[in-house]
Amino acid sequence: MRVPDLTRRSWIQTAVTAVAGTVAAVAGAQDTNPRQRESFGHTTHAMGPVGRTDKSIFDPSAYLRAWNFSNLPASERSRFYRETRRPDGSLLREYELYAVDREIEIVPGVYFPAWTYNGQVPGPTIRATEGDRVRVNFTNQGSHPHSIHFHGWHPPEMDGSMPAQQVLPGERFVYEFDAEPYGLHLYHCHTAPLKRHIHKGLYGVFLVDPREARPAADELVMVMNGFDTNFDADNEVYAVNSIASFYMHEPVVVDVGRLVRIYLVNLTEFDPINSFHLHGMFFDVFRTGTRGMTEEHTDTLMLCQGERAILETRFRYPGDFMFHAHQSEFAELGWMGLFRARTAQS
Amino acid sequence: MRTDTIVAPPPSRGRMWLMALLPLALLALLLAAILWRGPADMLRGEDYPPVERLTFQRMELGPEGIVATVMNDGPDAVKIAQVQVDEAYWSFTSDGGTDLRHLGRTKLTIPYPWVQGDTHVVRIVTSTGATFEHEIAVAVATPQPNARALGLFTLMGIYVGVLPVAIGLLWFPLVAQLGRRGLEFLLALTVGLLLFLLVDATGEGLQIAGRAPESFQGAVLFAFGALGAYLWLESLGAWLRARRQKAQETSGDGRVLALLVAVGIGLHNFGEGLAIGAAFALGEAALGVLLIVGFTLHNTTEGLAIVAPLGRDRVGTGELARLGLIGGVPTIGGAWLGGLVYSPVWSVLFLGIGAGAIAQVVLQITKQMSRDQPVIRSLASGHVMAGLAAGFVVMYATGMLIG
Repeated sequence: MRVPDLTRRSWIQTAVTAVAGTVAAVAGAQDTNPRQRESFGHTTHAMGPVGRTDKSIFDPSAYLRAWNFSNLPASERSRFYRETRRPDGSLLREYELYAVDREIEIVPGVYFPAWTYNGQVPGPTIRATEGDRVRVNFTNQGSHPHSIHFHGWHPPEMDGSMPAQQVLPGERFVYEFDAEPYGLHLYHCHTAPLKRHIHKGLYGVFLVDPREARPAADELVMVMNGFDTNFDADNEVYAVNSIASFYMHEPVVVDVGRLVRIYLVNLTEFDPINSFHLHGMFFDVFRTGTRGMTEEHTDTLMLCQGERAILETRFRYPGDFMFHAHQSEFAELGWMGLFRARTAQS
Repeated sequence: MRTDTIVAPPPSRGRMWLMALLPLALLALLLAAILWRGPADMLRGEDYPPVERLTFQRMELGPEGIVATVMNDGPDAVKIAQVQVDEAYWSFTSDGGTDLRHLGRTKLTIPYPWVQGDTHVVRIVTSTGATFEHEIAVAVATPQPNARALGLFTLMGIYVGVLPVAIGLLWFPLVAQLGRRGLEFLLALTVGLLLFLLVDATGEGLQIAGRAPESFQGAVLFAFGALGAYLWLESLGAWLRARRQKAQETSGDGRVLALLVAVGIGLHNFGEGLAIGAAFALGEAALGVLLIVGFTLHNTTEGLAIVAPLGRDRVGTGELARLGLIGGVPTIGGAWLGGLVYSPVWSVLFLGIGAGAIAQVVLQITKQMSRDQPVIRSLASGHVMAGLAAGFVVMYATGMLIG
């Protein structure tokens, strides 16, 4: 956000705004017919970034419904994710995560020098069931020390936050803990300077399902994030799942009447809060996903940095439903998209 | 000791050319070597981020939205990726492409529904995420370069330059009645006015030089303009005096001086016209109106400055009118240039020329005032100091209207 400074100019401006109308008449502004002006003023397709990003590098549509590397072909997937049944019936889930520097395209044509987990921002979604054992083999292939700090229950030596727990470039560390408590969590780098390590892209979603599974639904992972491309501690780009206005061009397709569950995590840096607003619909809110009961039925939800919530809804009508941050500035800087609800016939 | 000196025969023409061109050829080789495998690359290393710089040259507001002319004045190529207006991504088209090389230029048309009288900020995001922005302080439709606009700028020039100077000239009959001390007071007043303009033009010129693309080296351009104008007026004065001596005219100096003052003021007013025209070009038309009112008041005093040196010389109406036109009409040309093909570079150059001309005129007048006395003593007398102060105060007070 930008705070205009009070300059001499702005005083003059206040003084002359009153005469501006007369001036415009003198200056030939009659050519600008007000009706004519309206015609370009309401061409909404003029809004938003120009062009499209390269999806072969990172596809936000695939990210929505991918966890435990389910987007990879089986042979490749086994390099990053393995599960082993344990005597008590729970699973040991093993992950290969690595930190790597990579330029990512966040608005068409704008390349951000990101720090990533496995080459993508947000990092791969890790999903386990309450009571499973999670083992993350972490390699730092980046140029700076990094770590992984998981939210959830774990002993302090697995916290990844203390100076001694930083993993130096080229080194390796194994994080291991039980997946608890159930709910929607996150993971991120906890190396100082913290702000920079997070806003450059080292974060992802850590989802723990309850032992008694939630009702079947179309599940979507959404991370609200931002990018400070000119390093002035202010985001030039806001998005859900990294790419500005992506779902405006490729709407999130859902079925009318089917339960839709959104795992919504706020990882925006610099701005204290972010929000989610859905047009034409309301949703149930399960804050942090740690209780089975909904506390709220709303169409606008505010989340602080690091806060998250599970949202559930069923689309009542076919058609396009806009969703965006209700901070209009964020929306117009890229945090805006569409749901496309379809009936069986359509 | 023998002092045989062998006088070498003058070198042939071919050898002369060789001597002149050999260093140039070697220099070209050196440049080629630097560009081919330069030490600059070794210094910068492989991943060194490029130095990006974009300058906004012109902003037009119209029914099609905002049209921004942008130049890359940085050393490296710049790729324009996106445009934000008031912190919102907005579509745009470009007529010069979005990849700008050093000194490359493009025109971006942004179909943004700008609001009359509001402030808008246009911001360019490059491929590396660097941002460059320009604020339109008060949005008003930009006049298009058609007959109407030319007429409008002419009218502005007349308001600001021609009429006020002409009104100031009407003090001439009064000047002709004044005694010696009265005349000296008036000349001192003129010097005060001109000194004010000199400081003002220098400040303004250097300020614009700071905003102009660095490649144009605004401060040097300003100094060059000032020095050139100073020397040119000096030689013009000498030529005029020589001509008058030849024609054996007796009433020489006052009229020459008045003409020089008129030329100096004319050059300065050209710069002022540029500033007013440019205010419109940069989408600050509302500021331009305030400028017009201020300059009109301000410039009435310039007419007085032109007639003051005439003293009791007998001057016909025709000559007076000619002096007035020389002082005032350039404002029109300046407004045309500034309004239709504005670039800060022109402003800097012409403000420099105006400053140099004024400096020369100030020296001429003080010389004439002090006659055979040392300059400092004539300046130190009471009525002269009062005149200087009065000139400054008048300019300061009317200058406040310009802001």
